[in-house]
Amino acid sequence: MRHIISVLLENEAGALSRVAGLFSARGYNIESLTVAPTDDPTLSRMTLVTIGSEEIIEQIKKQLNKLIDTVKLLDLTEGRHIEREMMLIKVRAAKEDREELKRLTEIFRAKIIDVTATSFVIELTGTSQKIDAFIQAVPEGLIVEVVRSGPIGIARGEKGLTL
Amino acid sequence: MRLSFITRGSAPFLVLDQTGRNPVAFPPFQPVLNGRPDPHACVGGRRGPCLGRRDRWRSPELELSGAEIIVQALIDEGVEYVFGYPGGAVLHTYDALFKQDKVKHILVRHEQAATHGADGYARATGRCGVALVTSGPGATNAITGIATAYMDSIPMVILSGQVPTPVIGSDAFQEVDTVGISRPCVKHNFLVRDVHDLALTIRKAFYIATSGRPGPVLVDIPKDVTDPNIKIPYHYPKEIKLRSYNPATKGHPGQIRKAVDVLLQAKRPVIYTGGGVILGEAAKALRELVDLLGYPITSTLMGLGAFPMTDPRFLGMLGMHGTYEANMAMHETDVLIAIGARFDDRVTGKIELFCPHATIIHIDVDPSSISKNVRVDVPIVGPVGNVLADMVRLIREAKAGPDQAALQEWWRQIEAWRGRQCLAYDRNSPLIKPQFAVETLYQVTGGDLYLTSDVGQHQMFAAQFYPFDEPRRWINSGGLGTMGFGLPAAMGVQLAFPEASVACISGEASILMCIQELATCKQYDLPVKIILLNNGYMGMVRQWQEFFYESRYAHSYVDALPDFVKLTESFGHVGMRVDQPGDLEGAMREAFAMKDRLVFLDIVVDPAENVYPMIEAGKGHHEMHLSPERELA
Ligand SMILES: Cc1cc2nc3c(=O)[nH]c(=O)nc-3n(C[C@H](O)[C@H](O)[C@H](O)COP(=O)(O)OP(=O)(O)OC[C@H]3O[C@@H](n4cnc5c(N)ncnc54)[C@H](O)[C@@H]3O)c2cc1C
Ligand SMILES: Cc1ncc(C[n+]2csc(CCOP(=O)(O)OP(=O)(O)O)c2C)c(N)n1
Ligand SMILES: [Mg+2]
Repeated sequence: MRHIISVLLENEAGALSRVAGLFSARGYNIESLTVAPTDDPTLSRMTLVTIGSEEIIEQIKKQLNKLIDTVKLLDLTEGRHIEREMMLIKVRAAKEDREELKRLTEIFRAKIIDVTATSFVIELTGTSQKIDAFIQAVPEGLIVEVVRSGPIGIARGEKGLTL
Repeated sequence: MRLSFITRGSAPFLVLDQTGRNPVAFPPFQPVLNGRPDPHACVGGRRGPCLGRRDRWRSPELELSGAEIIVQALIDEGVEYVFGYPGGAVLHTYDALFKQDKVKHILVRHEQAATHGADGYARATGRCGVALVTSGPGATNAITGIATAYMDSIPMVILSGQVPTPVIGSDAFQEVDTVGISRPCVKHNFLVRDVHDLALTIRKAFYIATSGRPGPVLVDIPKDVTDPNIKIPYHYPKEIKLRSYNPATKGHPGQIRKAVDVLLQAKRPVIYTGGGVILGEAAKALRELVDLLGYPITSTLMGLGAFPMTDPRFLGMLGMHGTYEANMAMHETDVLIAIGARFDDRVTGKIELFCPHATIIHIDVDPSSISKNVRVDVPIVGPVGNVLADMVRLIREAKAGPDQAALQEWWRQIEAWRGRQCLAYDRNSPLIKPQFAVETLYQVTGGDLYLTSDVGQHQMFAAQFYPFDEPRRWINSGGLGTMGFGLPAAMGVQLAFPEASVACISGEASILMCIQELATCKQYDLPVKIILLNNGYMGMVRQWQEFFYESRYAHSYVDALPDFVKLTESFGHVGMRVDQPGDLEGAMREAFAMKDRLVFLDIVVDPAENVYPMIEAGKGHHEMHLSPERELA
């Protein structure tokens, strides 16, 4: 199953490579990984998307927790949560395709953020499925480039993943 | 900047200025250069105004350079011995070591031996081993020993020199990414970029290495951080807490109660113990548990000695080369309690066939050991000593004890298995059998011995035929299986216990992997006894080739062996060679009588002997091979 795991890490040099090293050394699957400092500059928050059997996911969580730099860990998939990913997509936008692309942008509540005579850059935020769906919907052959941030997530409700 | 230091908890050392708004340091910060205040306040290689942590405002009690801080920190940790080898990046540190005599430095002849020496010291004493190596090749040479300690969860701190901070990343002379290379085989590691972080980092390293599930921690220290000209106030914290690291100190009471219930209802129980009992200093608690319950007990290679091996309740080692009775009991048990053991594949064999009838209880301080390889029914995360003490208390309080009738029946079955005498060997052989050599070693030493081992058949024969009755007496590399471990580890043990008998059992292939340490033994007068079971083969490899490759002995014949007697003599020690069974005991007695000499006993043994019983990799516990003449029905 697909799991989204949030980790609060000490904002130390090398913390990220410990996580990456753990996944490659133990042969765990890693779909995406995003990381940035939090409001507390001594902490980074990492969101990890991984796929595996329940046993493997359990080991992944234990192994992540075991890293000395890991302060806290939460498997968002275990509770109600919100997930967002951002995409920047560059498409060929010749005259005859422009209307269709604009319509798509509107339907998905995306934004066109760069325009030239022959191209658009479109920004879209949503769940990973929504982003997949957008990519699917772009007519054959128009995609020039896709950049995805990988999902980030947060639990619903008042509780926070903090110290 | 300033404000962020207030929030970091340095407030007691900051006061407000006359305007009442700006915090200033009190007493005023005075960096020192060559004993005089340094106007440039350049600390840790950075220029500019230097604001820092509280120690910079401290009244100058003790001002030390980075190199001196390292040495003073080791003294404050109570470190007796540092095993090391010098080089450019650690010269400042060596100079600081030179100027004191509290911490003794042991000069090895290869950095691998520095880590194995520290490791042997740690395994024998339970204290943290310490190694010191230079950057680049010094660090890479140390890796094998670090990985060895990591796999067996041995507490060790490795201090490695690094090129100066300004040139890190420029492929400088003897630069290697030590933190990167060691990362997969350390519990944690640090790169210290600022001398102000040095003392605290070393404190953290010792704390992490020795707490929870122990393991090696490496501290990489660039040369400029040890600069003798930059002195700062020294403060070494006694207590330390890390918000991101909180090893379990107690087991969950509910889980412990549940485990006791399951245990007391068992009809065919087995206690399976491992290295964790020794690491957690829980041998006494374990003995109490077994005395209370009267259950059969077996141990992994790493746990031997935690429970007396001469006790009739001990079934011998389990696993690939374990006894018939231990493995059969595992196969038939209905309640298995694993204590400080990690279900290694050499122990479980094929997972699907592992303990097919058992409810499994597992005590381990590391949550990631639990249900990693084998699904566990009653997990207990906690240090084995405390958890066992809680269990013993609950069992004493319980209304009913174990089911004695069932237990009697179970013991009857076990004795029947034991009756097969799975370890029997040919005692009339004209050749010295390796098993006979180990038995003779036991006779001669009366069990009062620290025995280190290399890796191979000799290691297995020692585990099977030398019954250890105390923990920390059997010292070997189990997880990594590092040939070359035995001799340097024995040096560490002998240094820790100068009066004790220390021997290293080895093979003619293994011993050559760290033979240079004979020189270290000479320099420090370490009277280690080397018991070489010389079969002329990489016996363990040859055995697999015999079984699984139709006796094609590809490169497992150790040709062109040295004359070990002459070799030993050339290092200034005593060498002896024995090839007749009748001469062995006398030779061993002679060797151990030379209390202050290293003696190398080259024992020519049967080259064709194999280790039995054996469970092939990927087979179940009930699918053991006994010796060829006595195959299982
Ligand atoms: C040639 C060769 C053959 C081998 N054959 C065998 C064999 O036949 N049988 C065999 O058993 N082994 C054999 N081994 C060794 C094997 O590879 C493993 O090293 C060994 O089985 C692991 O032992 P262990 O489970 O006790 O774990 P260890 O590596 O000793 O691990 C200890 C466990 O205890 C935990 N722990 C540590 N401290 C505490 C504490 N304070 N409280 C609670 N838990 C704690 C740790 O988290 C860990 O899970 C062989 C090795 C070699 C080289
Ligand atoms: C550093 C290292 N290289 C290779 C091996 C693989 N290996 C395991 S046992 C063994 C043979 C050991 O031979 P010897 O020391 O003569 O012991 P014997 O088995 O003959 O008793 C080898 C090569 C190892 N364990 N360690
Ligand atoms: Mg050999």
